[in-house]
Amino acid sequence: MTPLQLIFLFTGAAILISAVMVVVAHNLVHAALWLVVSLFGVAVLFVLLEAGFLAAVQVVLYIGAIAILIIFAIMLTRRVMQDSGPQTNQQWWLSALIAVALFVALLWTLSQVAYPLANVPVPESYLITLGRSFVDPNQYALPFEVASVLLLVALIGSIVIAGEKGK
Amino acid sequence: MIPLSWYLTLAAALFCIGLYGVLARKNAVAILMGIELMLNAVNINLVAFWHYLTPTTVSGQMFAIIVFVVAASEAAVGLALIISIYRRRNTVVAEEIDLMKW
Repeated sequence: MTPLQLIFLFTGAAILISAVMVVVAHNLVHAALWLVVSLFGVAVLFVLLEAGFLAAVQVVLYIGAIAILIIFAIMLTRRVMQDSGPQTNQQWWLSALIAVALFVALLWTLSQVAYPLANVPVPESYLITLGRSFVDPNQYALPFEVASVLLLVALIGSIVIAGEKGK
Repeated sequence: MIPLSWYLTLAAALFCIGLYGVLARKNAVAILMGIELMLNAVNINLVAFWHYLTPTTVSGQMFAIIVFVVAASEAAVGLALIISIYRRRNTVVAEEIDLMKW
């Protein structure tokens, strides 16, 4: 058991426990705060996987933007729920059954596949390569532009959908 | 050295927890939170595969970044839809949003 494995086990336990709290918590604000803990654990995993840039993006984008957006949405729509009554629908046991069955199926599939491990270290300059490949027309320039258009469309679309209609 | 299978098992568990949240929760915002958990599980898988199978290319990271972009757009549009529905019908319970139910 190396220190890295211990860190992984601790982080994994934190992620799973907080994820369970997200889906079972009665109070939605608590669920959103547990979601932040879970997302932060995923950022720690990215650091363990030597993807520091993605860990930074995870913190800035998921915790800084999406989690705050979700908390805002909860507070804007809070009046009707009031955190009373059951938070799950009548088919919750069937949902749990499906989730457990899918987990077993995934584990079985994982045990069947042999992965061709590369066993080479991550190059030091991978971030420079990543940045260059974003603007290289032969690599990922087109997906980069499509992603920017998608973000612009989502921005305009959410303003149009959520904006107050002038009456 | 952490085995690849640990990451894959963790991601599978996180995905299934998110799936339970999507299927069982009543509140539409809680369903969106379940979707975020599932997207994070996928991202763990993508980055783990990049680190263990093809660390010399950037394709795995690129996939993860595209997932980030799509998750951001999805959260923005989804929450806008929820706020719009709340304003018109005064509910965020997914079962009560049945206008198109036949």
